[in-house]
Amino acid sequence: MTATRHGRRPPVSWLAVRPEGLLVVPAGVFVDPLRAVDRALVTHGHADHARPGSAHVGATEETLAIMRARYGAAAGGRLEPFAWGETRSLGGVDITFRPAGHVLGSAQIVLEHAGTRVVVTGDYKRTADPTCRGFEPVACDVLVTEATFGLPVFRHPPPAAEVAKLLDSLRLFPERAHAVGVYALGKCQRLIALLRAAGYDRPIYLHGALVALCELYEAWGVSLGPLLPASAAAKADLAGAIVLAPPSALADRWARRLPDPVVAAASGWMRVRQRARQRGVELPLVISDHADWPELLATVEDTDPAEVWVTHGREDALVHAVRQTGRAARALALVGFEDEPE
Amino acid sequence: MSVTAFALLIERLAFMPSRTGKLRLLEDHFRQAEDPDRGWALAALTGALSFPAVKAGAIRAAAAARLDPVLFAASYDFVGDLAETVALMWPDTGVSATAPSLAEAVERLTLSGRAEAPALLAAWLDRLDDSARVAFLKLVTGGLRVGVSARLAKTALARFGGRAPEEIEEVWHGLAPPYRDLFAWLDGRAGRPQVNHAATFRPLMLATPLEDTEAAALDLSAYAAEWKWDGIRVQLVAGADVRRIFSRTGDDITPAFPDIARHMAFDAVLDGELLVARPGAEAGSGSGSGSGSNGAAAEIAPFNDLQQRLNRKTVTRRMLAEHPAWVRLYDILFEAGEDLRGLAFTDRRARLEAWFARIRPQCMDLSPLVAFAGLEELAALRRGARGRAIEGLMLKRRDSAYVGGRPKGPWFKWKRGPLTLDTVLMYAQRGHGKRSSYYSDFTFGAWREVAGGGRELVPVGKAYFGFTDAELVDLDRWVRTHTTDRFGPVRAVEPRLVLEVAFDSVHRSSRHKSGVAMRFPRVHRIRWDKPAEDADALATLEAMIAE
Repeated sequence: MTATRHGRRPPVSWLAVRPEGLLVVPAGVFVDPLRAVDRALVTHGHADHARPGSAHVGATEETLAIMRARYGAAAGGRLEPFAWGETRSLGGVDITFRPAGHVLGSAQIVLEHAGTRVVVTGDYKRTADPTCRGFEPVACDVLVTEATFGLPVFRHPPPAAEVAKLLDSLRLFPERAHAVGVYALGKCQRLIALLRAAGYDRPIYLHGALVALCELYEAWGVSLGPLLPASAAAKADLAGAIVLAPPSALADRWARRLPDPVVAAASGWMRVRQRARQRGVELPLVISDHADWPELLATVEDTDPAEVWVTHGREDALVHAVRQTGRAARALALVGFEDEPE
Repeated sequence: MSVTAFALLIERLAFMPSRTGKLRLLEDHFRQAEDPDRGWALAALTGALSFPAVKAGAIRAAAAARLDPVLFAASYDFVGDLAETVALMWPDTGVSATAPSLAEAVERLTLSGRAEAPALLAAWLDRLDDSARVAFLKLVTGGLRVGVSARLAKTALARFGGRAPEEIEEVWHGLAPPYRDLFAWLDGRAGRPQVNHAATFRPLMLATPLEDTEAAALDLSAYAAEWKWDGIRVQLVAGADVRRIFSRTGDDITPAFPDIARHMAFDAVLDGELLVARPGAEAGSGSGSGSGSNGAAAEIAPFNDLQQRLNRKTVTRRMLAEHPAWVRLYDILFEAGEDLRGLAFTDRRARLEAWFARIRPQCMDLSPLVAFAGLEELAALRRGARGRAIEGLMLKRRDSAYVGGRPKGPWFKWKRGPLTLDTVLMYAQRGHGKRSSYYSDFTFGAWREVAGGGRELVPVGKAYFGFTDAELVDLDRWVRTHTTDRFGPVRAVEPRLVLEVAFDSVHRSSRHKSGVAMRFPRVHRIRWDKPAEDADALATLEAMIAE
């Protein structure tokens, strides 16, 4: 591996950054590669992490199901499921999948070789989420972490309080549709689950792009309550109803079917007002599936690595903060992971 | 109620685009919150609170004492707003259960001195959760920016109490935060508050627009004519111990115009137009005209100059010198406590002229009556009214009493025809609220010669009304099918569609790339038929500048 941008060689010589992504050298396998490769390990089903077309794809059962639902036969050549906690050896590297708490099936990948343990978190969060397995901290020598919300301004409030804002707006504006922009995988189902937990039992209307993954979640035992397609509903039925759609649809002609909509968005970015305003959001809900700043720092403490590598996001602030704890830290500057939507 | 409940209100208002939505949020808040916090909230929203000791510097100082400078700089870069950055990254102490009430915060800050402000801020921030911190910092620095005018807040109060807006207006300026007596009245627990009427705003009499066709049908002999001045409407209220300048909506703008207030040594309520005079024009002050048609004393500067003086809480000496304010009077409502509003216009005008001749206030003159023989002459006067500070004509029934609100018939405004320019659509931006799925804000440009030959389009303005709903659908479709580039919510389009834009006037502006700024631009016609090459040049627009 070449020298890092900080001019030091990493203590782990069996991981390398290549144009395709992070390579586990002895195993010949990439973690979340940017394009189709011979062997891929995939942390979770979001499109910027799970690309189609690799010859061998190792991932959790749930993630493989999501990839199959999205890509069909193009998902990959051989799909090789890993059970939670099961360890397999490849080229002398022990590989184990542990829950990351991001979305259904999302995993951290634990890599052990030559007496060193590396944990690649993938995207993760520490807040409880009824739609997926919770994050399990794994002690390690090198923590390879995301930093989507790697600035101290990002502290996600309790999600129940954000959902209460949505329900309060429904009370104030019972004649208006409440249209929430959500990502199809994860945020959509989590928001539904949060609404159900808050006692909201009326049907929730879905944009067509969200239906398939909600059905998949149901099939995996995540119960979401009554859901109806928004496209089949009469305009009058949508008054005072909650409608979920991809953010792009809400800013587009699709939204014209909605009666005087309150445009809401559920995202960690909503914490910064200007971001919310730019997106024309009337009701910002700070609900994120990524670790916020305190969770990023807590995870470093909990896993106690000698060194932290930051894959993507706002790396500089996190690298600075980790170094202040006496650990080595550097930015891998992996490209290709999306900043937005979450 | 703690600061937290106020913060929630501020948050919702900041993101609520519609007026009715804002009204509902406010009404709901007045119902749910308690005294005195709801009164302090009202004061904060209407701009009645200020804490001179707490400036942005105090926030910076508090931040420097508590936050890592590297992390602060990175965060500030990302967020772009000082108060919000500090609020969002302030360490959580987990003691939000002891959040102060709004009243406690306001009372303590009012007494604070500049030196203790940073420490005081830090102590409050420790006691708040993060959403409350944003609202709190916006509150103390006076920059709520949630799109609520005093007028809107008063309308919400009227709805909350089931009263007419005029009833609120009548008492409003005699009240002070936290408005316990006002809320007691609106709750139905007490009678209407007794206020010192000497200091209150009286609802203004407003004119209805006159269409050209209606003008012909009017019995013009019953009307007096005046120029319609291109300034802002004000009401001057002065008495033994009070001097106030109110805007059209009843906002107290006295602090922004000390140059007028210092000359209000009289006992009267006057209606007039606030303008900006050319520096040095004060020499001619006091020599107001009578009812003749000759012009008034001051040389008036373009509206752009007046804009430098608007929306400011305080004013610098330099601004006073460069943009001296002037009031052109056209009506008198009270004189020495006597209510003249029931008198006919002609009688009030006589009282106004007699009063003016006696008092001769500095920095004020009378708006002259405009003599005319008939419709033809009046129409010619209106057409010729392209002068600097004139927007058209006012017609006032000679026998009409002064009635607050907008009664149809006694007063008309007959604006001169707008200027128009054929422009080319350059950018379109999505609207807000109901229009969020439509490209409804249009930036248009005019041609300019480029050094070395050829022409380029330079943006000259932005318009978001003037078209029908059906036309908006067509424009939206056109934008989507002619997009060349996207920047977030903005699309650049092929320079092919000609928009005929109407506007009231055009001024020089150093803030715009084109060097000019239009007033009230709107889409007059969509010229689907016209080739973009035939649209107007920037030079054509420049020639329309009213110097």
